[in-house]
Amino acid sequence: MVNRWEQAGYALGQMRRASEHSEPAERSPDATAAIYARDLTTGYRQGTRVRVVHRGLGLALPRGKLTALLGPNGAGKSTLMRTLSGLQPALAGAVWVDGVPLRTLSPQAIARKLAVVLTDRVDVGYMTAYALAALGRHPYTRWDGWLTPEDEQIVQEAMHAAGCAGLAARMVAELSDGERQRVMIARALAQQTPIIFLDEPTAFLDLPRRIEMMHLLADLAHRTGRALLLSTHDLELALRFADGLWLMGGDGTFVTGTPMELLQRGELLRVFSGEGREVRRYLQDLHQRWQAKDLSADWLKAETQGSHDKHPVSQIGG
Amino acid sequence: MRRGILLLLIAFTGAAFMLSLAIGAVSIPLDEVLRVLLGGQASKDTWQTIVLTFRLPKAITALLAGAALSAAGLQMQTLFRNPLADPFVLGISSGASLGVALVVLGGAAVSASVFGRTAFLGELGLVGAASLGAAAVFALVLAIARRVQSVITLLVLGLMVGYLASAVVSVLIYFSLPEQVSAYINWTFGSFGGVTWQQMRAFAPALLVGLGTALLTVKPLNALLLGENYARSMGVNVRVVRWWVTASASLLAGAVTAFCGPIGFIGIAVPHLCRALFATSDHRVLMPASLLLGGGLALIFDLISQMPGTRAALPLNVVTSAVGAPVVLWIVMRRQSFGRI
Repeated sequence: MVNRWEQAGYALGQMRRASEHSEPAERSPDATAAIYARDLTTGYRQGTRVRVVHRGLGLALPRGKLTALLGPNGAGKSTLMRTLSGLQPALAGAVWVDGVPLRTLSPQAIARKLAVVLTDRVDVGYMTAYALAALGRHPYTRWDGWLTPEDEQIVQEAMHAAGCAGLAARMVAELSDGERQRVMIARALAQQTPIIFLDEPTAFLDLPRRIEMMHLLADLAHRTGRALLLSTHDLELALRFADGLWLMGGDGTFVTGTPMELLQRGELLRVFSGEGREVRRYLQDLHQRWQAKDLSADWLKAETQGSHDKHPVSQIGG
Repeated sequence: MRRGILLLLIAFTGAAFMLSLAIGAVSIPLDEVLRVLLGGQASKDTWQTIVLTFRLPKAITALLAGAALSAAGLQMQTLFRNPLADPFVLGISSGASLGVALVVLGGAAVSASVFGRTAFLGELGLVGAASLGAAAVFALVLAIARRVQSVITLLVLGLMVGYLASAVVSVLIYFSLPEQVSAYINWTFGSFGGVTWQQMRAFAPALLVGLGTALLTVKPLNALLLGENYARSMGVNVRVVRWWVTASASLLAGAVTAFCGPIGFIGIAVPHLCRALFATSDHRVLMPASLLLGGGLALIFDLISQMPGTRAALPLNVVTSAVGAPVVLWIVMRRQSFGRI
């Protein structure tokens, strides 16, 4: 019943919004992209004050790929992700999610297209990992949240895919950060959305867990055909594991491409140039090694692709 | 196992209900009580009167009030993600006490001329004053719940309403006669015995509406366990849910306070007891369990407050705290994770 109230409230909002935007709902210019945005301006509007973070963004999030959003702190990574997921309105421009204009989607409909894994600490007293993952079925269950056998099976498969099936009966409060992150990913998978956003999924993990996590995410994107977008500060892991990079400069620039292309064009160096001498030197080294052919295309690609078949990283630390 | 505990809870609450009809200043055999309940005639006319006129409305009141406070407490603890939240965090009971204080202390002379023609009308005046006070805060909270960004704003609002109300009450107490003060203190002790069949016609429907709405909030409350951001990402309209949760919890807390006084402990402890009993934070289990345990415990506390076998009686709030606090302490000691949401 709450759902129906939500929908009623939403319908009112829609009518209000429709009167603001006179443009008709168009088909997505690029239906192959999981998310497509054109002339997108992100930022905050409070009363009459407007703070623009990015202006005129154009982007396409590919399906079946792991895309990493990189940029210095405060560049607007979270703002972009919040805007693309409908949690915060765009100041201008149009976004299509799974081929449908974002502004025509209700919160419930968005929840069936896009799942998130956030940095918010999940602190529940008495909840098993299974019950937590099962919350991903929320957009599909009836008024009291009862799980059908079908739902239960989807949750089990999601936990299996996220590599945490063995944790099902454990209490969430007793899980390590890495284990909890896997359960949160299982929850997002159980939501059965074509798109998953992850906000710094490796932030609290140690190096072996970070490598495992990036490997798992790349693998999930390739195997399930979902579009995965993750924001991260893990430059090197992103270069190695992501299929595509979205680079966000502190100066409002935004470039996209494969890790290879961006490294080659020196974009990484430019975006992180304000991050201090050490970072600059590290990236210059990377750039020079690339130019000296010391860093071959294999350094980036062969390892990640090879690892999809052999799963060597899963051996690290078990 | 979960089903087993739930069945035990049902049995516990049922037994508590029957006992509270049978035990009192006059003991009535259980089979006679059952006969009266089923519409038959007890072997003594006085038993018939005692059960139907005095004990039945009181037992129903205790059952409903206990369930209502527990449900509201559970909702508030999850909404504010705070194990110490209780049904009164929004300032509802402060509003009610202010209303009562104004009638009992401030406008005693005025209310006597308006309500006090008969004892019954005087009693209605107390309930009416408490209802008005609770309703005023209720309206304020709901108007604000719709607008605020953060749930913390609501919490601060409730706190400040409480301070304001207690300031006014203190002033009234300061300028009142001792007998007026004692009448007010008497109200703050709480009692399930004040609800007549007549008043039950307002009390029961109010609580049933509140409880029904509370049951409808279990699914979004489960999503809110992960925080508002995750809830939003799963399609929960947080603002709408917050409003309905606040509305039902305030209705429950307000109605109970208006008719029974500010009854402590049950609303904060029962949800925790249920979490410990069932080892879950799932509201689909916790909500019905809290209703049952809350109703049953309220009946037991009321029984204890009458101190069967003696001529004395203890204030209800003394019993809820004196019996309840050690129980909770005992569970805290046994379970490390007690106190989590």
